[in-house]
Amino acid sequence: MIVDAAELRRRTAELLAAHPPAETGRQAFLEARFDAGLAWVHYPEGLGGLGAPRTLQAVVDAELEAASAPDNDPRRIGIGLGMAAPTILAYGTEEQKRRFLRPLWTGEEVWCQLFSEPGAGSDLAALGTRAVRQDDGDWVVDGQKVWTSSAHLARWAILIARTDPDVPKHAGITYFVCDMTDPGVEVRPLRQITGEAEFNEVFLTGVRIPDSRRLGEVGDGWRVAQTTLMNERVSIGGMRLPREGGMIGPVARTWRERPELRTPDLHQRLVGLWVEAEVARLTAERLRQQLAAGQPGYEGSGMKLAFARLNQEISGLEVELRGEEGLLYDDWTMRRPELVDFTGRDAGYRYLRSKGNSIEGGTSEVLLNIVAERVLGLPAEPRTDKDVAWKDLAR
Amino acid sequence: MSPQPDLLYSEEEEALRAAVRDLLTDHCGPADVLARVESDAPHDLSLWKSLADGMGLAGLLVPEELGGHGATHREAAVVLEELGRAVAPVPYLASAVVATEALLESGDAELLGRLASGRAIGVLAVGLHLAPGADFPVVDVEDGLLSGELTAVADAAAADVLLVPARDGDLYAVAAADAVVTPQTSLDLTRPVATVTLTGAPARRLGPAAPAVRRALRAGAGLLASEQLGLAERTLTDTVGYLKERRQFNRPVGGFQALKHRLAQLWLDVVHLRAAARGAADALATGADAELAVAVAQSFAAPVAVRTAEEALQLHGGLGMTWEHPVHLYLKRAKADSIAYGTAGAHRDAVAALVDLQAP
Repeated sequence: MIVDAAELRRRTAELLAAHPPAETGRQAFLEARFDAGLAWVHYPEGLGGLGAPRTLQAVVDAELEAASAPDNDPRRIGIGLGMAAPTILAYGTEEQKRRFLRPLWTGEEVWCQLFSEPGAGSDLAALGTRAVRQDDGDWVVDGQKVWTSSAHLARWAILIARTDPDVPKHAGITYFVCDMTDPGVEVRPLRQITGEAEFNEVFLTGVRIPDSRRLGEVGDGWRVAQTTLMNERVSIGGMRLPREGGMIGPVARTWRERPELRTPDLHQRLVGLWVEAEVARLTAERLRQQLAAGQPGYEGSGMKLAFARLNQEISGLEVELRGEEGLLYDDWTMRRPELVDFTGRDAGYRYLRSKGNSIEGGTSEVLLNIVAERVLGLPAEPRTDKDVAWKDLAR
Repeated sequence: MSPQPDLLYSEEEEALRAAVRDLLTDHCGPADVLARVESDAPHDLSLWKSLADGMGLAGLLVPEELGGHGATHREAAVVLEELGRAVAPVPYLASAVVATEALLESGDAELLGRLASGRAIGVLAVGLHLAPGADFPVVDVEDGLLSGELTAVADAAAADVLLVPARDGDLYAVAAADAVVTPQTSLDLTRPVATVTLTGAPARRLGPAAPAVRRALRAGAGLLASEQLGLAERTLTDTVGYLKERRQFNRPVGGFQALKHRLAQLWLDVVHLRAAARGAADALATGADAELAVAVAQSFAAPVAVRTAEEALQLHGGLGMTWEHPVHLYLKRAKADSIAYGTAGAHRDAVAALVDLQAP
């Protein structure tokens, strides 16, 4: 049958009748929602969805919000929802999909991503964490990963590791699901310039991974990882913001509330940035409309670039605007926050945190290369490592 | 959250774009434009006839009962994107948008019908540099006859009818034959400006000048962003194409990362300009938040169009400095556009007032 908006409303009403949010525990309600196919309606039946168009999710969300139903706190489990789930859906076995997707979606199990390494940042495919096959077919993993958000909270990780050092770098990688409770997994907080530790270093020492937790074929991990990374960019591009919804909001409010801070120079710069922020918001909105209409949106590759620069310039202006207060910082205490809030805390924090926006999830320099090559069709960077076995690369 | 503007192009709008582009490809290539602006008659009136008479595009903003096509600013914006791509020397923005909006405000059905059909070219006789809401110069009026001089009036040399604000606060229609129009040597060869001198010229009173001028300049400023978008996009596309072909140091110049990053950044700017320009066109069509949408688009558009044209010139190397290569036509249009209907700075001031970011 075709699942349309009316059918989704009917099923949502049924869910709410059978499991009234006020009388149902949060976890129980989320599980019932998943089992009703209303978690992510574009997923297949039996895996939290109904095979409906993705755009109809908003219908379900609006009904549930109106009924004050609990949600799965998507910001807390963003890596699971945005990166692990689409990859498991695309490459997982039936058994893997059944085992992982339900607790991933309900938030019962948090996921993290073990991709970057100290020696493999922009050149991710050069990664050196080794996975060695054992006689029984299982794998033993040794190596070090870095910039891992949520590693200290995570039950599972998506992991890419080198399974064949004798072939060129892209060809010798395999994709796994790693159990973060394995005794060989050690998570250490990595303190940042903000004073906090959102990220971790993860040391993997003799970590045993059964072959049943491999995603995709042996040696095909780079292709599998593209699904993960593509979905990361789509989720960055799909944002919907109200006017002044981003980093410009706090500084505009400060400007209005604190006339004593105003100078002509700051005014010129603030209004210029306000305009840029508004145009960036319209650009993100246009991209969202394109995706909803099923049109390809190359613009997605560019949005992260634009927001990174704007966030940095706007928060930098705000520190300066605050004058004497700009000399202060709210708190350097080392913490391990569960959530990252780019626009939270005070101006100094926002200024320092936004420095990461042009590094995390692909540096702005790499993204400019991607735009130049894939969108504009300009010649690719010279690739001296393409036909060289990974073990023979200079490092 | 307030309803979002429709920032996409409809199928009909894409079809309109294709038709205009076909016409311009055949009749308004870079060599045609260069030859035209070097002649004594810089406006391409035969192209104008095809657009206005043949395709009916001069009447897009005019309701059907007044002899127009009852379309909206969204469609006119698409036409302007294409005209910007070609730096076409036709008075479309001046007549089919700015003068037409002034007449829609003052409610002159007869003249509107003539402009909508393309039988007459109308020009609002104020300087091209004026921002919406700025003070505008006026001429003297005595016994219904107008006297005075107005400068930097865009496309006046092609006009059949001039719409002239007078000291009594009203807007008047003057036949171009009753005025002396003297071309000024213009930076932008494809949208030349002229002085208009009136010496006891007979005139017909249309209505209050201030609201008509404000409305006309707002629409002009808003839709100019679409022209700037077309210009920037074309300039970037041509530059990318050239850098893929041009070889130095035994490789395509476009393969050097320093240049790739500059081009990628320009692409990103153009993507943003498209959203801003569509936002302004949609807001003018629906009336929702139009003042702010126009001010935002014009705060953003000119720097992007100028930067793209300047980069295009630089990246073409010595070729870019030659008269023969068309990049200078785009640079001159982009630079003149950065002044037309108010500078980016004037529009930023408007934004500041509209969103309550007050100056110290």
